[in-house]
Amino acid sequence: MSNRKVEVLVGAFIAAGIAAFLFLALSVANTGSLSNGETYRLYAKFDNIGGLKVRSPIKVGGVVVGRVAEINLDTQSFMAVVSMDISKDYKDFPETSSISILTAGLLGEQYLGLEPGFMMDGIETLGEGAYIQDTKSALVLEELIGQFLFSQNGDD
Amino acid sequence: MIVDALAKLGRDTISATATTGRAGLVLFNALWAAPDVKKNSPLLIKQLQVVGVQSLAIILVSGLFIGMVLGLQGYTILVGYGAENSLGPMVALSLLRELGPVVTALLFAGRAGSALTAEIGLMKATEQLSSLELMAVDPLRRVIAPRFWAGMISMPLLALLFSSVGIIGGHLVGVEWLGVDSGNFWSVMQAAVDLQDDVMNGVIKSFAFALVVTWIAIFRGYDCIPTSEGISKATTQTVVHSSLAVLGLDFVLTALMFGE
Repeated sequence: MSNRKVEVLVGAFIAAGIAAFLFLALSVANTGSLSNGETYRLYAKFDNIGGLKVRSPIKVGGVVVGRVAEINLDTQSFMAVVSMDISKDYKDFPETSSISILTAGLLGEQYLGLEPGFMMDGIETLGEGAYIQDTKSALVLEELIGQFLFSQNGDD
Repeated sequence: MIVDALAKLGRDTISATATTGRAGLVLFNALWAAPDVKKNSPLLIKQLQVVGVQSLAIILVSGLFIGMVLGLQGYTILVGYGAENSLGPMVALSLLRELGPVVTALLFAGRAGSALTAEIGLMKATEQLSSLELMAVDPLRRVIAPRFWAGMISMPLLALLFSSVGIIGGHLVGVEWLGVDSGNFWSVMQAAVDLQDDVMNGVIKSFAFALVVTWIAIFRGYDCIPTSEGISKATTQTVVHSSLAVLGLDFVLTALMFGE
Protein backbone atom coordinates (compact mmCIF):
# COMPACT_ATOMS: atom_id res chain seq x y z
CA MET A 1 0.00 0.00 0.00
CA SER A 2 1.42 3.39 -0.93
CA ASN A 3 2.58 5.74 1.76
CA ARG A 4 0.06 8.38 0.70
CA LYS A 5 -2.87 6.01 1.08
CA VAL A 6 -1.71 4.94 4.55
CA GLU A 7 -1.48 8.57 5.63
CA VAL A 8 -4.99 9.32 4.35
CA LEU A 9 -6.44 6.28 6.11
CA VAL A 10 -4.75 7.13 9.41
CA GLY A 11 -5.91 10.73 9.14
CA ALA A 12 -9.47 9.58 8.53
CA PHE A 13 -9.22 7.24 11.54
CA ILE A 14 -8.04 10.02 13.88
CA ALA A 15 -10.72 12.38 12.53
CA ALA A 16 -13.41 9.73 13.07
CA GLY A 17 -12.20 9.24 16.65
CA ILE A 18 -12.36 12.95 17.37
CA ALA A 19 -15.81 13.12 15.75
CA ALA A 20 -16.96 10.28 18.03
CA PHE A 21 -15.71 12.19 21.07
CA LEU A 22 -17.54 15.35 19.96
CA PHE A 23 -20.72 13.32 19.36
CA LEU A 24 -20.49 11.84 22.87
CA ALA A 25 -19.62 15.18 24.47
CA LEU A 26 -22.21 17.32 22.72
CA SER A 27 -25.07 15.01 21.85
CA VAL A 28 -24.99 12.28 24.51
CA ALA A 29 -23.58 13.97 27.61
CA ASN A 30 -25.17 16.71 29.62
CA THR A 31 -23.12 19.77 28.77
CA GLY A 32 -24.28 21.49 31.94
CA SER A 33 -25.88 24.65 30.58
CA LEU A 34 -26.05 26.20 34.03
CA SER A 35 -22.76 24.96 35.44
CA ASN A 36 -20.54 27.42 33.57
CA GLY A 37 -22.61 30.61 33.74
CA GLU A 38 -22.44 33.29 36.42
CA THR A 39 -24.49 32.47 39.50
CA TYR A 40 -25.48 34.01 42.80
CA ARG A 41 -26.09 32.24 46.09
CA LEU A 42 -29.38 32.00 47.99
CA TYR A 43 -30.13 30.07 51.18
CA ALA A 44 -33.24 28.43 52.61
CA LYS A 45 -33.88 26.55 55.84
CA PHE A 46 -36.05 23.44 55.87
CA ASP A 47 -37.32 21.18 58.65
CA ASN A 48 -36.95 18.17 56.38
CA ILE A 49 -35.35 17.97 52.97
CA GLY A 50 -36.49 14.41 52.18
CA GLY A 51 -34.49 13.07 49.24
CA LEU A 52 -33.09 16.38 47.99
CA LYS A 53 -29.51 16.08 46.77
CA VAL A 54 -26.65 18.33 45.77
CA ARG A 55 -27.10 19.30 42.08
CA SER A 56 -30.89 18.85 42.29
CA PRO A 57 -32.57 21.42 40.03
CA ILE A 58 -34.38 24.57 41.20
CA LYS A 59 -37.38 25.35 39.03
CA VAL A 60 -39.64 28.35 38.60
CA GLY A 61 -42.81 27.30 36.80
CA GLY A 62 -41.00 24.22 35.50
CA VAL A 63 -38.01 26.14 34.11
CA VAL A 64 -34.63 25.21 35.64
CA VAL A 65 -33.03 28.39 37.02
CA GLY A 66 -30.33 26.92 39.22
CA ARG A 67 -28.99 23.95 41.16
CA VAL A 68 -28.50 23.00 44.80
CA ALA A 69 -24.87 23.74 45.72
CA GLU A 70 -24.61 22.46 49.30
CA ILE A 71 -26.78 20.93 52.00
CA ASN A 72 -25.73 21.44 55.64
CA LEU A 73 -27.25 21.15 59.07
CA ASP A 74 -27.49 24.35 61.14
CA THR A 75 -26.16 23.25 64.54
CA GLN A 76 -28.08 26.02 66.38
CA SER A 77 -31.61 25.34 65.15
CA PHE A 78 -30.99 21.79 63.86
CA MET A 79 -32.62 22.71 60.57
CA ALA A 80 -31.27 21.79 57.14
CA VAL A 81 -29.68 24.74 55.31
CA VAL A 82 -29.81 24.39 51.54
CA SER A 83 -27.43 26.61 49.54
CA MET A 84 -28.57 27.30 46.00
CA ASP A 85 -26.69 28.64 43.00
CA ILE A 86 -29.13 30.60 40.83
CA SER A 87 -28.16 31.77 37.36
CA LYS A 88 -27.57 35.53 37.08
CA ASP A 89 -29.96 35.47 34.12
CA TYR A 90 -32.80 35.07 36.62
CA LYS A 91 -32.55 37.66 39.38
CA ASP A 92 -34.72 40.13 41.29
CA PHE A 93 -37.03 37.57 42.84
CA PRO A 94 -39.06 39.42 45.55
CA GLU A 95 -38.29 38.52 49.17
CA THR A 96 -41.88 37.33 49.59
CA SER A 97 -41.08 34.36 47.32
CA SER A 98 -41.65 30.90 48.75
CA ILE A 99 -39.72 27.73 48.09
CA SER A 100 -40.89 24.14 48.50
CA ILE A 101 -39.48 20.69 47.98
CA LEU A 102 -41.46 18.91 45.29
CA THR A 103 -41.29 15.54 43.61
CA ALA A 104 -41.21 14.98 39.85
CA GLY A 105 -43.95 12.43 39.31
CA LEU A 106 -45.10 9.97 41.96
CA LEU A 107 -41.72 8.34 42.58
CA GLY A 108 -39.39 10.72 40.74
CA GLU A 109 -36.44 12.81 41.79
CA GLN A 110 -37.00 15.65 44.23
CA TYR A 111 -36.43 19.26 43.20
CA LEU A 112 -36.95 22.73 44.61
CA GLY A 113 -39.92 24.75 43.34
CA LEU A 114 -39.43 28.50 43.70
CA GLU A 115 -42.70 30.46 43.67
CA PRO A 116 -42.14 34.20 43.09
CA GLY A 117 -44.13 36.32 45.56
CA PHE A 118 -45.93 39.61 45.08
CA MET A 119 -44.01 42.77 44.37
CA MET A 120 -44.80 46.21 45.78
CA ASP A 121 -43.05 49.23 47.22
CA GLY A 122 -40.97 48.53 50.30
CA ILE A 123 -40.38 44.90 49.42
CA GLU A 124 -36.78 44.14 48.53
CA THR A 125 -35.46 41.59 46.07
CA LEU A 126 -33.41 38.53 46.94
CA GLY A 127 -29.74 39.29 46.35
CA GLU A 128 -26.46 37.44 46.95
CA GLY A 129 -26.52 35.53 50.25
CA ALA A 130 -30.18 36.19 51.11
CA TYR A 131 -32.33 33.70 53.00
CA ILE A 132 -35.73 32.72 51.61
CA GLN A 133 -38.03 32.88 54.65
CA ASP A 134 -41.12 31.06 53.39
CA THR A 135 -40.20 27.39 53.00
CA LYS A 136 -42.23 24.20 52.76
CA SER A 137 -40.56 20.92 53.66
CA ALA A 138 -40.62 17.72 51.70
CA LEU A 139 -43.60 15.44 51.98
CA VAL A 140 -42.44 12.24 53.62
CA LEU A 141 -44.69 9.37 52.64
CA GLU A 142 -44.35 7.56 55.99
CA GLU A 143 -45.41 10.67 57.93
CA LEU A 144 -48.42 11.15 55.65
CA ILE A 145 -49.51 7.55 56.17
CA GLY A 146 -48.94 7.95 59.91
CA GLN A 147 -51.11 11.07 60.01
CA PHE A 148 -53.78 9.36 57.94
CA LEU A 149 -53.89 6.35 60.27
CA PHE A 150 -53.92 8.63 63.31
CA SER A 151 -56.87 10.63 61.96
CA GLN A 152 -58.70 7.40 61.11
CA ASN A 153 -58.25 6.22 64.69
CA GLY A 154 -59.48 9.57 65.97
CA ASP A 155 -62.82 9.13 64.20
CA ASP A 156 -63.65 5.88 65.99
CA MET B 1 9.69 -33.79 48.34
CA ILE B 2 8.97 -30.77 50.50
CA VAL B 3 12.31 -29.37 49.43
CA ASP B 4 11.36 -29.92 45.80
CA ALA B 5 8.09 -28.01 46.30
CA LEU B 6 9.98 -25.22 48.02
CA ALA B 7 12.51 -25.11 45.21
CA LYS B 8 9.69 -24.90 42.63
CA LEU B 9 8.05 -22.06 44.55
CA GLY B 10 11.36 -20.23 44.72
CA ARG B 11 12.09 -20.82 41.04
CA ASP B 12 8.64 -19.53 40.02
CA THR B 13 8.98 -16.45 42.19
CA ILE B 14 12.41 -15.62 40.83
CA SER B 15 11.31 -16.09 37.21
CA ALA B 16 8.14 -14.01 37.75
CA THR B 17 10.19 -11.20 39.29
CA ALA B 18 12.75 -11.39 36.49
CA THR B 19 9.98 -11.30 33.86
CA THR B 20 8.39 -8.24 35.45
CA GLY B 21 11.78 -6.57 35.56
CA ARG B 22 12.51 -7.34 31.91
CA ALA B 23 9.05 -6.08 30.90
CA GLY B 24 9.71 -2.82 32.75
CA LEU B 25 13.15 -2.49 31.14
CA VAL B 26 11.78 -3.08 27.61
CA LEU B 27 9.17 -0.36 28.05
CA PHE B 28 11.57 2.02 29.80
CA ASN B 29 14.35 1.67 27.22
CA ALA B 30 11.89 1.98 24.34
CA LEU B 31 10.36 5.19 25.65
CA TRP B 32 13.24 6.81 27.54
CA ALA B 33 14.55 8.97 24.76
CA ALA B 34 13.74 12.31 23.22
CA PRO B 35 11.36 11.47 20.37
CA ASP B 36 12.77 12.27 16.94
CA VAL B 37 9.58 13.44 15.24
CA LYS B 38 10.99 13.60 11.72
CA LYS B 39 12.49 10.13 11.78
CA ASN B 40 9.81 8.34 13.80
CA SER B 41 6.52 9.74 12.53
CA PRO B 42 6.48 7.61 9.32
CA LEU B 43 7.00 4.53 11.51
CA LEU B 44 4.21 5.63 13.85
CA ILE B 45 1.81 6.28 10.98
CA LYS B 46 2.55 2.84 9.52
CA GLN B 47 1.73 1.26 12.91
CA LEU B 48 -1.42 3.38 13.38
CA GLN B 49 -2.59 1.94 10.08
CA VAL B 50 -1.86 -1.65 11.17
CA VAL B 51 -3.05 -1.36 14.77
CA GLY B 52 -5.81 1.24 14.52
CA VAL B 53 -7.31 1.48 11.05
CA GLN B 54 -7.32 -2.26 10.46
CA SER B 55 -9.11 -2.86 13.80
CA LEU B 56 -11.83 -0.42 12.80
CA ALA B 57 -14.10 -2.92 11.04
CA ILE B 58 -14.36 -5.39 13.93
CA ILE B 59 -14.83 -2.56 16.47
CA LEU B 60 -17.59 -0.82 14.52
CA VAL B 61 -19.51 -4.01 13.71
CA SER B 62 -19.35 -5.35 17.28
CA GLY B 63 -20.23 -1.92 18.69
CA LEU B 64 -23.31 -1.72 16.51
CA PHE B 65 -24.50 -5.19 17.47
CA ILE B 66 -23.80 -4.76 21.18
CA GLY B 67 -25.75 -1.49 21.14
CA MET B 68 -28.64 -3.18 19.35
CA VAL B 69 -28.69 -6.06 21.84
CA LEU B 70 -28.62 -3.59 24.75
CA GLY B 71 -31.54 -1.73 23.21
CA LEU B 72 -33.55 -4.92 22.75
CA GLN B 73 -32.82 -6.46 26.15
CA GLY B 74 -33.16 -3.14 27.97
CA TYR B 75 -36.50 -2.47 26.33
CA THR B 76 -38.01 -5.86 27.22
CA ILE B 77 -37.00 -5.40 30.88
CA LEU B 78 -37.82 -1.69 31.23
CA VAL B 79 -41.20 -1.90 29.50
CA GLY B 80 -42.37 -4.16 32.34
CA TYR B 81 -42.01 -1.19 34.70
CA GLY B 82 -43.36 1.31 32.20
CA ALA B 83 -39.90 2.86 32.22
CA GLU B 84 -38.97 2.41 28.56
CA ASN B 85 -38.05 6.11 28.43
CA SER B 86 -34.99 5.23 30.52
CA LEU B 87 -33.68 3.11 27.64
CA GLY B 88 -31.42 5.95 26.45
CA PRO B 89 -29.47 6.38 29.70
CA MET B 90 -29.27 2.61 30.20
CA VAL B 91 -27.70 2.04 26.80
CA ALA B 92 -25.44 5.12 26.97
CA LEU B 93 -24.18 4.59 30.51
CA SER B 94 -23.46 0.89 30.13
CA LEU B 95 -21.56 1.58 26.90
CA LEU B 96 -19.63 4.63 28.08
CA ARG B 97 -18.71 3.33 31.52
CA GLU B 98 -18.07 -0.36 30.94
CA LEU B 99 -18.74 -2.04 27.63
CA GLY B 100 -17.03 0.52 25.40
CA PRO B 101 -13.59 0.45 27.05
CA VAL B 102 -13.66 -3.24 28.11
CA VAL B 103 -14.98 -4.88 24.94
CA THR B 104 -12.74 -2.66 22.82
CA ALA B 105 -9.73 -3.75 24.88
CA LEU B 106 -10.66 -7.44 24.60
CA LEU B 107 -11.19 -7.20 20.83
CA PHE B 108 -8.01 -5.16 20.51
CA ALA B 109 -6.04 -7.81 22.40
CA GLY B 110 -7.34 -10.47 20.03
CA ARG B 111 -7.11 -8.50 16.81
CA ALA B 112 -4.04 -6.28 17.23
CA GLY B 113 -2.22 -7.57 20.33
CA SER B 114 -1.78 -11.10 19.01
CA ALA B 115 -0.55 -9.72 15.66
CA LEU B 116 2.00 -7.50 17.42
CA THR B 117 3.34 -10.44 19.44
CA ALA B 118 3.57 -12.72 16.43
CA GLU B 119 5.26 -10.06 14.30
CA ILE B 120 7.88 -9.13 16.90
CA GLY B 121 8.39 -12.79 17.81
CA LEU B 122 9.06 -13.73 14.19
CA MET B 123 11.45 -10.79 13.86
CA LYS B 124 13.32 -12.23 16.82
CA ALA B 125 13.23 -15.80 15.47
CA THR B 126 14.56 -14.74 12.07
CA GLU B 127 17.23 -12.63 13.83
CA GLN B 128 16.02 -9.35 12.33
CA LEU B 129 16.25 -7.73 15.75
CA SER B 130 19.87 -8.86 16.11
CA SER B 131 20.66 -7.56 12.61
CA LEU B 132 19.25 -4.17 13.56
CA GLU B 133 21.53 -4.15 16.59
CA LEU B 134 24.50 -5.06 14.39
CA MET B 135 23.67 -2.02 12.26
CA ALA B 136 23.72 0.10 15.41
CA VAL B 137 19.96 0.65 15.28
CA ASP B 138 18.27 0.15 18.64
CA PRO B 139 15.40 -2.32 17.96
CA LEU B 140 13.59 -1.05 21.05
CA ARG B 141 13.43 2.44 19.61
CA ARG B 142 12.90 1.39 16.00
CA VAL B 143 10.47 -1.53 16.43
CA ILE B 144 8.92 -1.40 19.90
CA ALA B 145 8.32 2.31 20.53
CA PRO B 146 6.16 3.07 17.42
CA ARG B 147 4.02 0.01 18.11
CA PHE B 148 3.50 1.02 21.73
CA TRP B 149 2.48 4.58 20.88
CA ALA B 150 0.21 3.36 18.09
CA GLY B 151 -1.63 1.21 20.62
CA MET B 152 -1.87 4.05 23.14
CA ILE B 153 -3.33 6.41 20.53
CA SER B 154 -5.62 3.91 18.79
CA MET B 155 -7.38 2.28 21.74
CA PRO B 156 -9.13 5.36 23.23
CA LEU B 157 -10.26 6.43 19.75
CA LEU B 158 -11.54 2.95 19.04
CA ALA B 159 -13.39 2.88 22.38
CA LEU B 160 -15.03 6.25 21.64
CA LEU B 161 -16.10 5.00 18.22
CA PHE B 162 -17.40 1.78 19.79
CA SER B 163 -19.57 3.70 22.28
CA SER B 164 -20.88 6.10 19.61
CA VAL B 165 -21.82 3.34 17.21
CA GLY B 166 -23.36 1.36 20.09
CA ILE B 167 -25.57 4.27 21.08
CA ILE B 168 -26.66 4.63 17.46
CA GLY B 169 -27.41 0.88 17.44
CA GLY B 170 -29.48 1.25 20.62
CA HIS B 171 -31.34 4.16 19.00
CA LEU B 172 -31.94 2.06 15.90
CA VAL B 173 -33.58 -0.77 17.85
CA GLY B 174 -35.23 1.26 20.61
CA VAL B 175 -36.61 4.17 18.61
CA GLU B 176 -36.89 3.04 15.01
CA TRP B 177 -38.03 -0.50 15.68
CA LEU B 178 -39.65 -0.72 19.13
CA GLY B 179 -41.14 2.77 19.18
CA VAL B 180 -39.56 4.51 22.16
CA ASP B 181 -40.09 8.26 21.73
CA SER B 182 -37.04 9.77 20.02
CA GLY B 183 -37.12 13.03 21.98
CA ASN B 184 -37.34 11.17 25.29
CA PHE B 185 -34.54 8.80 24.29
CA TRP B 186 -32.09 11.67 23.74
CA SER B 187 -33.22 14.13 26.42
CA VAL B 188 -33.36 11.60 29.27
CA MET B 189 -29.97 10.34 28.12
CA GLN B 190 -28.50 13.85 28.14
CA ALA B 191 -29.89 14.48 31.62
CA ALA B 192 -28.28 11.29 32.96
CA VAL B 193 -24.88 11.30 31.22
CA ASP B 194 -22.19 13.58 32.57
CA LEU B 195 -19.22 14.61 30.42
CA GLN B 196 -16.70 14.46 33.26
CA ASP B 197 -18.00 11.47 35.23
CA ASP B 198 -19.04 9.19 32.42
CA VAL B 199 -17.39 10.12 29.12
CA MET B 200 -13.99 11.16 30.50
CA ASN B 201 -13.79 8.28 33.00
CA GLY B 202 -14.41 5.90 30.11
CA VAL B 203 -11.56 7.54 28.18
CA ILE B 204 -9.24 7.25 31.20
CA LYS B 205 -10.17 3.57 31.46
CA SER B 206 -9.34 2.93 27.84
CA PHE B 207 -5.95 4.65 28.22
CA ALA B 208 -5.18 2.30 31.14
CA PHE B 209 -6.29 -0.73 29.10
CA ALA B 210 -4.24 0.46 26.12
CA LEU B 211 -1.12 0.60 28.31
CA VAL B 212 -1.69 -2.89 29.71
CA VAL B 213 -2.64 -4.63 26.45
CA THR B 214 0.05 -3.05 24.27
CA TRP B 215 2.72 -3.53 26.89
CA ILE B 216 1.91 -7.23 27.34
CA ALA B 217 1.74 -7.74 23.56
CA ILE B 218 5.09 -6.15 22.71
CA PHE B 219 6.87 -7.65 25.70
CA ARG B 220 5.61 -11.18 24.99
CA GLY B 221 6.85 -10.83 21.41
CA TYR B 222 10.20 -9.38 22.39
CA ASP B 223 10.74 -11.93 25.17
CA CYS B 224 9.51 -15.06 23.35
CA ILE B 225 11.59 -18.18 22.80
CA PRO B 226 12.65 -17.76 19.14
CA THR B 227 11.13 -20.95 17.76
CA SER B 228 7.81 -21.57 16.04
CA GLU B 229 6.53 -23.20 19.23
CA GLY B 230 7.74 -20.26 21.33
CA ILE B 231 5.96 -17.75 19.10
CA SER B 232 2.72 -19.70 19.25
CA LYS B 233 2.97 -19.87 23.05
CA ALA B 234 3.75 -16.15 23.31
CA THR B 235 0.75 -15.24 21.13
CA THR B 236 -1.57 -17.34 23.29
CA GLN B 237 -0.12 -15.78 26.43
CA THR B 238 -0.70 -12.29 25.04
CA VAL B 239 -4.40 -12.87 24.50
CA VAL B 240 -4.97 -14.73 27.79
CA HIS B 241 -2.90 -12.42 30.00
CA SER B 242 -4.13 -9.15 28.53
CA SER B 243 -7.80 -10.24 28.66
CA LEU B 244 -7.47 -11.23 32.31
CA ALA B 245 -5.53 -8.05 33.12
CA VAL B 246 -8.18 -5.89 31.43
CA LEU B 247 -11.04 -7.52 33.32
CA GLY B 248 -9.25 -7.34 36.67
CA LEU B 249 -8.10 -3.76 36.15
CA ASP B 250 -11.62 -2.81 35.09
CA PHE B 251 -13.00 -3.85 38.46
CA VAL B 252 -10.34 -1.82 40.29
CA LEU B 253 -10.90 1.27 38.11
CA THR B 254 -14.69 0.99 38.42
CA ALA B 255 -14.41 0.74 42.20
CA LEU B 256 -12.16 3.83 42.25
CA MET B 257 -14.27 5.89 39.85
CA PHE B 258 -17.88 4.98 40.59
CA GLY B 259 -17.73 3.27 44.01
CA GLU B 260 -18.26 6.55 45.93
